[in-house]
Amino acid sequence: MTMTAQTSGDTGVQDVKAIDPAKRAAKWRAFRRATITIGLALATYEIIARTGSFPRALLPTLPMVVRTLFAMLLDGSMLMHSLYTLYRVLFGFCLAMVVGIPLGILMARFRRVEQFFLPLVSALMPIPSFALVPLFMLWFGIGNLTTIIIVFYAATFPMIFNTWSGVRSVNPLWVRAAGAMGADEHKLFWKVIIPGASPFIITGMRQSFLRAWIAVVGAEMIAASNWGLGWVIFDAKEFLNADVMLASLAVIGFIGFAFERLVFGSLERGTVMRWGMMRSAKS
Amino acid sequence: MPLIEVKDVSLAYDTPAGRVQGVLGATFNMEESEFLCLVGPSGCGKSTLLNIIAGFLKPTGGEILIGGKKVSGHGMDRGVVFQDFAQLFPWRTALGNVAFGLEMKGIGKEERDEIAFQQLKLVKLEKFANSYPHHLSGGMQQRVAIARALAYNPAVLLMDEPFAALDAMTRDDMQRLLADVWQTTGKTIIYVTHNVAEAVYLADRVIVMTPHPGTVKAEIPITLPRPRDPLSVEFLEHQKQLLNYLGQGTSKAA
Repeated sequence: MTMTAQTSGDTGVQDVKAIDPAKRAAKWRAFRRATITIGLALATYEIIARTGSFPRALLPTLPMVVRTLFAMLLDGSMLMHSLYTLYRVLFGFCLAMVVGIPLGILMARFRRVEQFFLPLVSALMPIPSFALVPLFMLWFGIGNLTTIIIVFYAATFPMIFNTWSGVRSVNPLWVRAAGAMGADEHKLFWKVIIPGASPFIITGMRQSFLRAWIAVVGAEMIAASNWGLGWVIFDAKEFLNADVMLASLAVIGFIGFAFERLVFGSLERGTVMRWGMMRSAKS
Repeated sequence: MPLIEVKDVSLAYDTPAGRVQGVLGATFNMEESEFLCLVGPSGCGKSTLLNIIAGFLKPTGGEILIGGKKVSGHGMDRGVVFQDFAQLFPWRTALGNVAFGLEMKGIGKEERDEIAFQQLKLVKLEKFANSYPHHLSGGMQQRVAIARALAYNPAVLLMDEPFAALDAMTRDDMQRLLADVWQTTGKTIIYVTHNVAEAVYLADRVIVMTPHPGTVKAEIPITLPRPRDPLSVEFLEHQKQLLNYLGQGTSKAA
């Protein structure tokens, strides 16, 4: 997986770095270290599970979890659960971007808009999206609509906030230079403000997605029926299926990780890191 | 008729400590293809005056005419180079940066890339056309900035201490390069600096400014033949003369 991330994101100048053997060795070391950490955690779990101090049904061993996971993957149910969850999260996330990015920009550019929305954003942002699930259920019923709205609620505020900060942090010298070169408002916006704010916008997308991913699983537990990774976990408690829960958790973790690393990692490497506007840690 | 007429230009602004006269009654003319240096200690209003000419600031008194037309706001008859390396757009390559003004003019991609490449050649950076600014040294970034300001062919080039943040050796190279660029392109240049040696090396004429309030104190033509030798007696004489106007202690001459 790490390999895919490298080849998909790196172009041009970065290629030179990827070939650099010292860097490759460092990456390999980091990968090994991560494997060791995760391996140790899994081994600890396995040992506790095998001591038998807890009922097997509540604390299944790893081979049991893996077997359940494979069974669910093979019969397609895990795929369906994942697709339902992904549909909800991506729908809500895209909605959050469509609303959050323009609103953040408007807030940064026009004082009136800022004065109107900032108190609203500040007041609504700290409310955990999960706390709204019962209320939204009353309003919108059980199903996709409620979960998508919860996701949207969770994801919008980081998007607004980061975009707002990003536009305000655009170097005034860029605006001045662009103005001197004849950029009108429209060009200034697309050719300077947006790329200039992009490190913050991308960070906003990352945070938004993370919050959306957390929110969707929570919302599905209560407000979804029959399908969804959150729903399957909650449903499994009725039958004491801890192995199903853990298998679903593994899938949730994996998809979240994949998005974080592959989608947003590549986006970052292909843009702001390539432009030197954001750097990776040196050591 | 002079290309640029600066007529009794003043700018006052309010600070918590009271009203400050940044520039007071600055008046001078410039001919086409002239290289003019504005020299003075920090706070003398030389950068402020340049920003007024660039159209970034509105004077509170007086007016500026370029080619007989009154300056109001920035325009494409002027190119600007700032001191800060961060003036380049980090998300664009050297070529993309230089092509920006042409893009704003609505020139097609192929043509503007061609023109931008020629401009990069002028500042000897054609090999780095596809590099992003963060891979270029400070001197190279400033050269890209010069090429960028020249690319859309403004009549006047305004430069605000463009080499002040560079090390001494790079600065010498850059001054030579700028003198070459000026002679090749025949642009009219206004160059702000606090470095007396730099002014004597580059300028046809030096305008000395003094602070509190920022006023033009003297105009000194420099008629030394080019390329100039910074170690010649005449060169040092001119430096001494400038320093006298500035009152010795403020000298930063190398």
